[in-house]
Amino acid sequence: MNPSRLLRRELMGIAAVWWREFKVFWREKSRIISSIVQPLIWLFLFGSGIGASFSVNHVHYRDYIYPGILTMSVIFGSVFFGLYIVWDRKLDVLKAVLVAPVARISIFFGKVLGGCTDVLLQVMILFAFSFLFPAVDPRGIPPALLLLLVTSVALVSLGLALGSLMESLEGFQVISAFLVFPLFFLSGALFPLDDRLPYWLTGLVKINPLSYTVDGVRGALLGMNHYPFAMNLGILTLFAAVMLIIGSILFSRMK
Amino acid sequence: MDGTSGNERMMNDRTVIETRSLTKTFGRIEAVRGIDLSIERGEIFGLLGPNGAGKTTTIGMLCTVIRPTSGRGIIAGFDIAASPTQVRRNVGIVFQDPTLDTILTGRENLELHARLYGIGADVRGSWIDEMLALVDLKDRADDLTRTYSGGMRRRLELARGLLHRPAVLFLDEPTLGLDPQTRARVWEYIRKTVQQENITVVLTTHYMEEAQQMCGRVGIMDHGKIIALDTPQNMIDSLGGDIVAIRAASPPLESIRSLPGVSSVQMTDGLMEVTMKSAHLHLAALLGLIPDVHSVEMRKPTLNDVFMKLTGRDIREDGAARGESWVETAARYQQRGR
Repeated sequence: MNPSRLLRRELMGIAAVWWREFKVFWREKSRIISSIVQPLIWLFLFGSGIGASFSVNHVHYRDYIYPGILTMSVIFGSVFFGLYIVWDRKLDVLKAVLVAPVARISIFFGKVLGGCTDVLLQVMILFAFSFLFPAVDPRGIPPALLLLLVTSVALVSLGLALGSLMESLEGFQVISAFLVFPLFFLSGALFPLDDRLPYWLTGLVKINPLSYTVDGVRGALLGMNHYPFAMNLGILTLFAAVMLIIGSILFSRMK
Repeated sequence: MDGTSGNERMMNDRTVIETRSLTKTFGRIEAVRGIDLSIERGEIFGLLGPNGAGKTTTIGMLCTVIRPTSGRGIIAGFDIAASPTQVRRNVGIVFQDPTLDTILTGRENLELHARLYGIGADVRGSWIDEMLALVDLKDRADDLTRTYSGGMRRRLELARGLLHRPAVLFLDEPTLGLDPQTRARVWEYIRKTVQQENITVVLTTHYMEEAQQMCGRVGIMDHGKIIALDTPQNMIDSLGGDIVAIRAASPPLESIRSLPGVSSVQMTDGLMEVTMKSAHLHLAALLGLIPDVHSVEMRKPTLNDVFMKLTGRDIREDGAARGESWVETAARYQQRGR
């Protein structure tokens, strides 16, 4: 078979998996709703509560954490989407897909695309609420979306990589407690990265790639960033590339 | 990788599956120990044997899901090790355990399969309709498969396995866990599809009666080897006649053995099993030799008798049928799991 035909077959395979993920996403309306409601609760209940006595550089705390909560949606949505393959494997749903004449790596890429699509659709719904946050500049939405997309690629890959290694669903809690929550809290999503932070916390925040998502999105939407946009995007792209490589290797080796 | 060995010629134009010393070891366990098979186009071939005999591993290797440790296998002209993608395109599989996507409808399951197998959008819809009609699921096609009964799920899986028009369809225990009526219906569908699609079927089962009815040839596997390979009828004939089971206090074994047509006499727990040709004609002579007959039962032998003769065991794994306690059954299940 000639290479272009082969490539077309693989692209069809990627699209097939993508199509499946989208169907499943669309069917599970309750999951979409809860993925929207949860961040809104953070913003309006937590943000308004703290915001009553606390603001950052004259920006209301609720508006200040809007970029961080967007990032939170991406973190949770992406990692758990990836981890979900443990469940697929348990139900043998993946078995029929894995015997198809499609390379494992194509199935992996289809999954990554599917996960990113789900997460970005959720993010776009959250952007639709941005008018409720006076400090947010809607012109910053496209660059923010780009940063969140790259972040989602990295984290869906991470989730798939971990899901490939896991044998049972019991690992969910462990990953949630030891990886997902620390990644979120150490991203500066809820507090500013300034010199009042204890030095150990500053260090941890700086080595967390997701801090650059929060910083970049905060820069785009609120103009409150520490690093230039290109640097944030560059670090995240590198992070995504590394995760794609690790994820595709582990997924290909998965039994 | 794909193009290199695509044009291998087979020894015979009608041969669609050919294996040479196909072997698989998992660590120290030899799951499959050198299998030689040659299966022709249009055959329904049964691979029989108890759980753990190596049937599923053999099928796994032929489907390129499991990499052989050594030996060769060629399917539809493609080497299973060198051109797995081409092999995959030419085989359909119905797994032992259900693998439908229950969040999707029946039609969507087929649609996903069609896309994965590279079936173009121009024919996709009509091929799917054709398959849904074949397994009588047209009216339920747009319901989620989680609402399907066990038999309907199997039928849809059958349709999925056939959708991309493979040369060979593998059915791994296609009726396991179904009730007898549904089992009979599923076999009906398998038979119908084989006739209509003119493909080769390789199936595993441990329902001997079903294999006897369905398969043109069967291979009996035990401990990773094929220990017999023939048509069911030839295998049964090789036993040497009908079986007469007699319960009697002291049957004269020697004089029974010397009766014309008797090929074997076996005593187990006071039950004597005499294998003889045309037992219905010679029954009077046989019974005349035994003074105190308690009970007599005459039956035609089945593949299960062949299996018992070859392996010394009953193929049915189910503890109740063997009269063993649930503790023994549980112990065996545990051993098998390792």
